[in-house]
Amino acid sequence: MTSSPPSELQDRGSQYWRRNIRLLLGLLAVWATVSFGCGILLHHFLDNYTLPGSEYPLGFWFAQQGSILVFIAIVFYYAHAMSKLDREFDLEEK
Amino acid sequence: MSVQGWSILLIALSFALYIGVAIASRAGSTKEFYIAGGGVHPVVNGMATAADWMSAASFISMAGVISIQGYDGSVYLMGWTGGYVLLALLLAPYLRKFGKFTIPDFVGDRYESSTARIVAIVCAIFVSFTYVSGQMQGVGIVLSRFLEVDTTTGVVIGMVIVFFYAVLGGMKGITYTQVAQYCVLIFAYMVPAIFLALHMVDTPIPQLGLGGTLEDGTPLLANLNNLHQDLGFGSYTSGSRATIDVFFITAALMAGTAGLPHVIVRFYTVPKVKDARRSVGWALVFIAILYTTAPAIAAFARTNLLQTVSGQAYDDMPEWFNKWETTGLLAHNDLNGDGLIQYTGPNSDVPNELTVHKDIMVLANPEIAGLPNWVIALVAAGGLAAALSTAAGLLLVVSSAVSHDLLKRCLKPDISERDELRAARISAGFAVCLAGWFGVHPPGFVAEVVAFAFGLAASSFFPVLVMGIFSKRMNRLGAISGMIAGISFTAGYILWFKFISPESSKAENWWFGISPEGIGTLGMLLNFLVAGAIHRFAPPPSNETQRMVEAIRTPGSATE
Repeated sequence: MTSSPPSELQDRGSQYWRRNIRLLLGLLAVWATVSFGCGILLHHFLDNYTLPGSEYPLGFWFAQQGSILVFIAIVFYYAHAMSKLDREFDLEEK
Repeated sequence: MSVQGWSILLIALSFALYIGVAIASRAGSTKEFYIAGGGVHPVVNGMATAADWMSAASFISMAGVISIQGYDGSVYLMGWTGGYVLLALLLAPYLRKFGKFTIPDFVGDRYESSTARIVAIVCAIFVSFTYVSGQMQGVGIVLSRFLEVDTTTGVVIGMVIVFFYAVLGGMKGITYTQVAQYCVLIFAYMVPAIFLALHMVDTPIPQLGLGGTLEDGTPLLANLNNLHQDLGFGSYTSGSRATIDVFFITAALMAGTAGLPHVIVRFYTVPKVKDARRSVGWALVFIAILYTTAPAIAAFARTNLLQTVSGQAYDDMPEWFNKWETTGLLAHNDLNGDGLIQYTGPNSDVPNELTVHKDIMVLANPEIAGLPNWVIALVAAGGLAAALSTAAGLLLVVSSAVSHDLLKRCLKPDISERDELRAARISAGFAVCLAGWFGVHPPGFVAEVVAFAFGLAASSFFPVLVMGIFSKRMNRLGAISGMIAGISFTAGYILWFKFISPESSKAENWWFGISPEGIGTLGMLLNFLVAGAIHRFAPPPSNETQRMVEAIRTPGSATE
């Protein structure tokens, strides 16, 4: 990495950053959909259905438990995808 | 053995454990005192963060609030967990890469300004003290109720314990005691919940019990909705708060959570950026175990309460009813003199005769479900663990803000390592005493001030940190004007409706129907807008600062 000329280094840096931004915007969209979308704005509509295999009204489930489970998945997926990205750009910490 | 005997035994055992852990992990340097040496394993840090985060309010009050508010209580569940997504994606990895000790460190360095640093110091201290007085009060209440000592003695006992491990061990000491406290509190929360789930819906997993069916085959939640309707309460699963208000409160709690200094600093303690990202995930897992159980306890307890007391004769009430009546958490006023307990909601023609305090749901649950004495005592030890771990984390923020940010970075840059460590210990000691004083003389408006803490964190720290990382062009002028606009708008709105004119705090007077709890969201947007508009009038930050921003964005690069 130390041997690359500065401009190429900068290019790679900004490419890495763009990939990161794209990833996190996508994940924030999921974050907002399950909580603000399913749990709040669509809550009354979704309550007409139940979570398959249980007796939860669906909107209520998203608001009280479902969104939390999705949040966990988002955070771990981000950690995993970023570790891969770090490796791809040779940006892992020693 | 009696409940009190068990309580004394379990509380004494848990205290001995915390002190033992604290002695084993004393801090020897400022780096150990502020960030535990920076070598904490991400899973361990996740567990410590969970204990740090879950306060007396999460442990004792949250299930009760959900139980009383039904769907409306979801704002806390989504808000207080959704904040961790923001933390993981927008803050924690970059602040870890920045790699100093505190939030004011970052704000001051990034915006090249001691004014910004001092604003951050004041906010950090204010937010932390607001919170900590509630914790100390919680310690006092639990000790007084279960050990039958008076609240002041309870607070003093709590102070001595916190003093011991926070002052001695700093971040290193509290990290490992928080791990122990997490184990105690989650065990104490889950055991009664599992018993209740078995009792109500015949499953050992309380989380799933919320979607379960009662003995007679009716779904728990449908049954609860029917009970609510019959007694004149609003539907349990629909809620009664306006949608816009639910939306704004949830957003304010999320951004506020991500901006709370005692949570953020925990992610300075892991070795690498990669660990910071994973560690947030682990923290969320450990928090979610309790947060997905709370709504189940809420629904179980609500059903139990309505079935046990509503329409029944006062004289037939079980022993726990009278016991909790003497504490004031339950009150029956036989308005029509028929000897029955009419517990009814606002839509009913029959006047309500029963007042139920939110804290009773968790505290009295084991007794209501007829669980053994040691389970009841366990709840006391768990509540204490939750309050003490949060108090210690907050006190550390106060002490590092004084000794590191104020003393070392502003007033006396040439202070020696030994003197700084001593200053850190002294300020931690002072902070404990002050917090104890607030715990004994609570400022009567703790609940109101907590809304303040979240609103403030959401409208000041969160935007300023996010912009500092994601915009290279953002400069001192933009950040300071954004913070001032955000804070003064949010503080003004809350002060008006909570303190100056509380009688006018109704939905029709609120702007766009947003309650003071949710106004932090608007304050945050204002902060972003003002900063975005104003920063163009000043030159971009120095090349050095821009290089720093680039460095915190890329994990493997050199920081300096």
